[in-house]
This record gives sequence, C-alpha cells and structure tokens, in this order.
Amino acid sequence: MALDNIWVFAETTPEGAASTGTLELLTKATSLGGTVSAFVPGTAGDAVAAFADHGAAKIYETGDLAGALPGAAVSAAMKAVIDGGDAPDLIMFPQNYGGRDVMSRLSVKLDRTVLTNSTDISADGGTVSVETPIFGGAKIVTSTFTGEGPYLAAFRPKSFEPAGGAGGAGDVVAAPVPDLGATGGAHVTAVHVEETSGPKLDEAAVVVAGGRGLGEADKFDMVEGLAKQLKGAPGASRAIVDAGWVPYSYQVGQTGKVVKPTVYIAAGISGATQHMVGMKGSKNIIAINKDKEAPIFGVADLGIVGDVHKVLPQLLEALNARS
Amino acid sequence: MNVIVCVKQIPDPALPGELDADNTLKRDGKLILDESDSYGVEMALQLVTAAGGGAVSLVSMAPNEEVSGLRTALAMGAEKAVLVSDPSLAGADALTTAKVLAGAVGKAGEYDLVIAGTESSDGYTGTVPEQMAEVLGLPSVTFAKSIAVDGASVNVERQTEAGYDEVTCTLPAVVSVTAGVVEPRYPSFKGIMAAKSKPVENVTAGDLGIEAASWAQSITNVEDAPEREAGEIIEDDGETFNKIVEFLDNLKVI
Repeated sequence: MALDNIWVFAETTPEGAASTGTLELLTKATSLGGTVSAFVPGTAGDAVAAFADHGAAKIYETGDLAGALPGAAVSAAMKAVIDGGDAPDLIMFPQNYGGRDVMSRLSVKLDRTVLTNSTDISADGGTVSVETPIFGGAKIVTSTFTGEGPYLAAFRPKSFEPAGGAGGAGDVVAAPVPDLGATGGAHVTAVHVEETSGPKLDEAAVVVAGGRGLGEADKFDMVEGLAKQLKGAPGASRAIVDAGWVPYSYQVGQTGKVVKPTVYIAAGISGATQHMVGMKGSKNIIAINKDKEAPIFGVADLGIVGDVHKVLPQLLEALNARS
Repeated sequence: MNVIVCVKQIPDPALPGELDADNTLKRDGKLILDESDSYGVEMALQLVTAAGGGAVSLVSMAPNEEVSGLRTALAMGAEKAVLVSDPSLAGADALTTAKVLAGAVGKAGEYDLVIAGTESSDGYTGTVPEQMAEVLGLPSVTFAKSIAVDGASVNVERQTEAGYDEVTCTLPAVVSVTAGVVEPRYPSFKGIMAAKSKPVENVTAGDLGIEAASWAQSITNVEDAPEREAGEIIEDDGETFNKIVEFLDNLKVI
C-alpha cells in the first residue's frame, strides 16, 4: 500500500509551541512522500507555522477538550474524519501518554493492529515496516503491517531529526469530538507541575543519573549537585523512582524519558534493559558502579568499578576546585 | 466493591530473553507474575478493604494453562481467576489480547473497577488497558499513581510528563497503574496454602466468541543491534575521579 496520506498525532507544549516530538514525526512523514496532516488534540494556535514548515498540508483541530483525557475524545474525533471519507494510510503517534491512549482506542474503533516503541519506518513498494529495539536495545526487530490501513504506529522520542523548510500549506480544519457516551467519563480536575530548575532532562547536554547503588534517598543530593556543577540535568533509574526517592519526571528508560546527551553519567545504576533503552544513544557514557559485572559497563566509554559514595564526592570537589 | 485485575505471567525477567523460531518471545518455560501487575493486585486489595467488602478477581491469558503467576496473586488475597489459554493465541497482538481479556472480564462476574499495569515487563506494547476499555465501552484513566473510590466515581492522580493531574472518572472504569503506586505485600504462608484451592476457571478463545486468531502484523527480521565499542573499565584506587575529570575535559563540557 502506498502511503499517499499520512497523519501525525501533533501536540503543543504547555507554552503553546509545537512539541519537538511532533516535528520529528512530521519530518519523517514528509520524507515518506504523499500528503501529511497534523491531528491536534485541542487547538494548534501559534504552532500552525511550525507544523506547516515541517510538512503539514492540513491541520485537524479537535478544539478545546474541556478537561477530557485525550484517549476517548481524540480517537472519536479521528474516527469521525475517517468515516467522513478522509482516511489516512498511516497514522504516526509519539510513544507518550496522549499518543499511546489515542492510538489504543482508535485501534479498537478501526479494528487495526498497533506497532509501538518503534525507532524507524520504511515503505518499500506496498510493504510498510517498522523497526523496534528489544531486549534493552540488544536486538532490532523488523515488523511489517500485513492487513488493510490505516496503519497505526508509535515511535520513541528522538527517533528522527526534525527539519523545517518543507513548505506545507498548513490549512486548519475543524475535527470536533462527537458525543462519547460512557467512554467520556474521565475528566481532569486539577493540574500539578513539579518545579524544576536547570536544563530539561531530555534536552540537557549532560545528564547525571542515580540508581539503587546510591543506597538511600538522601544520597541523591550528590547526583543533583554534580548535575548542577556540570550545568546538566539529574536523572534516575526506575528502581529509585518506584522506591519514591525522586519524582517520575526524573526517570530515564523504557517507561521514562529517552535521553541522548553528550555525556551520560550513571552513578550506582546496574543497567537493567528497562534503563538502557532510554540512554544507550548517549554520545559518551561514564558509569560508576561497585559490581564489575554490571551490564552498564557493557555500554560505558569510561567505567569506574568503585563506590559512588567515594568517587562522586571526590569528583565534585575536583570540579569545584577548577571553577 | 468488586475489582478485577488483569495479570500477566511472564518469563523471569532476571533471565536473558530468548526468541522462539517464529521470532516471538519464548514462553514455554516457567512463568512468574509480572512484578508490574503485583502493584495492581495490591491496589485492588486495598480498595476492597477500604470499601468494607467485595472481592478481587483476576483475569489472565497465558500458554499451557500456566497458573504459577496466578497462584502468587491468589496468595496475596485475590479470590478467584479466569485464565484464557489457547494455542491459537500464541504470538497474539495487543488488540487480540485486549479482546480476549475483555471477554475474560465478562466471565469474572460483576465489577466496579478493572485494574491493569501500565505495560507488561516482557512485551511492553503498553496499549492493552486502554484497548480493553474501548472494547468494554468504559471510560479509562491510564498511568495512575494513586486511586481512591468515592461513591460512584474514582479519583486518580495520573502521572504526566511535567508532574501529575487529578482526574475524576465515573464507574465502572478501567484504570492502569504505575509501578510504585503501592507496596505489594508478600504472600503469607496461610495465603500460599489457601491459594492452592482457590478457583481458576480455564477458558479458550472459542468460549469467549473469539475466532481463530489472526493479526495484521508479522515479524520479518531480527538482528543484533550495532554494539558500542568497548570502553575503558578501571578499578577505583581512590584517584580514578581524575580520569573522569580528564574525560569531561576532553569533551569540553567543563
């Protein structure tokens, strides 16, 4: 099946700008040929120009969701457009909260399979395939859609490089949410944003991440101190997020953020496959861990087999002395 | 207050994963309760206790009528289970799995709430809870880090990229929980003994009205990812922090 018509689930940031993840997907969609449309939960507002510049010929807007969670609402709006005659061949979703929920609901409405956690897509003649890393990125699986479209695929952040200058028309088209019945029973009543300072975890040039090897929650101060010293962002393994030491927004890995900094420093992190998927793309990796058999040393450019409680304070002191 | 919990029985994640000849995950060995699901079981038990009565039931899909993981959840305090086991479901996609589990929920009796993990630790497609909600025609809240039932609705703190949202949802509903939502209890000896005689109803795909399964995806290739070049690994002698400083200096990040 040729990919003549591709949709991208398109999001804006809380400040109203186009999300980087959306621009990555629009760029890839544009490279596959055909017409590209952005499908926005809510309104595109100031992001219209960026969506168009990255290839969106058409921008569907659901309008204000009035606190409804996106899963049921946006999938119903998509289904209404498809039933109205503008059926895409492929819909690309980001592997995040909203993307995952909308794609799940839509897959049932359309009775179509989903392929998730992908890092690449290709169309060869009639065959559309995606690549997905498994076993913590040790192997790459290629899967092919075999049925009828629309094909539904979700991609991990940073899988593609965003590139503007595609010159899409960016025509805004209303795609209102129809009545949801019982499925529309979930509403947001309050929003809580955790205060952070310094660069964002998924954008920082340096990430210092801590794991269970820190021993106790208070020791995460060392990780934050080092991150601050290096003008980087602190991160964490799932183990210490689950243990409640740090908020979820710090988590790097399969269920957390994907980071590709210039330097990733893993302190007291063993390197579970869950974690590796989120940081293996870092340009340089430094690992400090007591256990010399820890899998993290398999990907480290510089590995220190030692106690984080000794090495981190020494490192901090040395860096302080230089500045 | 009756709660149904979806649980997955998976190959031990501590062991290296292996693929079968058809490139699907090898599942013919001993399976254990996915740790991600132990949080949902614990949450359900706490909600039933808080409500002052009711039962926790389990639904699961696994090959070879495998029950070892289910017994763990029953030992924690769940009362009964519906297990779908059918050779035609080997390698099923997430959509088929959601249809099967929704069918199993229908066999598990009256319920107010369905709880599932956010994603399994082996396949981690991460779509099944929301797909199941759509099949059942129910509202849903994903990524819950706390759940409290309040009359005919449920109040959930839902994780977001930036923090969390407070969400209220009408019941019945499907809620997916994150790891860490509660601390799962260890089964007591009494619980383990009692679990051996708790009812597990075995059903097939046909019993649920799901026809010979087929799904619109196929694995066409599996290959090793390019390996990173081996780095320098050194034992700390009290001076290795200098190596790190030098490394950072060379990269011009300090």
